Amino acid sequence: MADRGGHGYGVILLTFVAACVLAVLPLPPWLQWGRPEWVAITLIYWCIALPHRVGIATGFLLGVGLDVLEGSVLGQNAFALVVVALLSLILYQRLRVYSLWQQAAVVFILVGINQLICQWVQNLEGVSALPLLFLLPAFSSALLWPVVLHTLRGLRRYYRVS
Amino acid sequence: MLRVLLAILLAVGLITADLRFNNLQTGRAALDSLASPIFWVANLPARLGLWTETHIQSRGQLLEENVRLQQENLLLQGRSQQMASLQAENVRLRALLNSSALLRDDVLVAELIGVSPDPERLQLVLNKGASDGVFVGQPLIDADGLMGQIVQVSGSTSRALLITDVTHSVPVQVNRNGVRAIAEGTGVLGSLEVRHVSATTDILPGDLLVTSGLGGRFPEGYPVAVVKEVERDPGEAFARVVATPSAALDRTRHVLLVFTTYDNPEN
Repeated sequence: MADRGGHGYGVILLTFVAACVLAVLPLPPWLQWGRPEWVAITLIYWCIALPHRVGIATGFLLGVGLDVLEGSVLGQNAFALVVVALLSLILYQRLRVYSLWQQAAVVFILVGINQLICQWVQNLEGVSALPLLFLLPAFSSALLWPVVLHTLRGLRRYYRVS
Repeated sequence: MLRVLLAILLAVGLITADLRFNNLQTGRAALDSLASPIFWVANLPARLGLWTETHIQSRGQLLEENVRLQQENLLLQGRSQQMASLQAENVRLRALLNSSALLRDDVLVAELIGVSPDPERLQLVLNKGASDGVFVGQPLIDADGLMGQIVQVSGSTSRALLITDVTHSVPVQVNRNGVRAIAEGTGVLGSLEVRHVSATTDILPGDLLVTSGLGGRFPEGYPVAVVKEVERDPGEAFARVVATPSAALDRTRHVLLVFTTYDNPEN
């Protein structure tokens, strides 16, 4: 029972689909600016947990998917998530031994970089945000990191994805 | 390392292709139809809320609503009594002037299945697509006024840009005196700005702005916004005019897609 054929690709895919749903879930206007970057933090988790399976290519494909969902410039989120995946792959050994809140701080920086890149591309298009409000998702993502970590780790252990 | 370089180059390529050359429409439409199940799932809580709202309602409330709707219906019917004769007169007068007559606007009801998750991007996702005859550039209205236009169409869904998005402008005229202007979106849901109106132009707070039909994209005469404030600074070349959109941009669940048919009096 320990090893079921596909090594749990389905589980990984399902978490990403769930993250995409959360990413487009309608929110009340006052919450909209603070929507956590679900897809980015899910990607960070899988990069840390399974760096040999989830990485640049996953980030790119997810990014294109997210661009389509958000209706943004094609390639904007792809670019940002490739950078996020790259940084998590570089940092994963260190991140694994960090305490929860140190990890959350790194997540804040990674999601912040993600937001910054998205902001640059949007500025090319002429859509610019209110100053610094675009960093709010980095805060909420870092705050939610412990929850996401425990949920995804629980799923990974339950289904023995390795 | 090669992989990273490749991915980044690919992403930059995509961005350039989409921003500068605008030639990814078909690919995007295909991907968009793949994305519609995700919107469907994300929309479930809202549908559930709507379902409980329609199915779990007291008899008293329903009766009350029924009476209100009947009164409203009577009012609207009364107002539209002269519509037929006025329309006929309009066609006759236009024929006298040798100008093309606007015959009718057909509408298609569409339901909102998603809003752009990005608060800087004022877009809606609708449940009608190319299979229903929706096309890029099609105007979108609700019961109170112009909402925006379709910017992307896939098989069964489409994406609309609201008039208040920063990348959107709409040619308008003041209903009272016909002064023409352009109303630009500000990125804030409840506000439009009318640009390049000279300081001496006759435009006042409370004026209704309607589509002027210039530019050929929006049919003439749909209410767009009501002027909220006009600021005339002698030091500036133009007056600053802020307007509030007539349509309920953030509250509507059902919207109307407009099909316009033009007809020349000669044929």
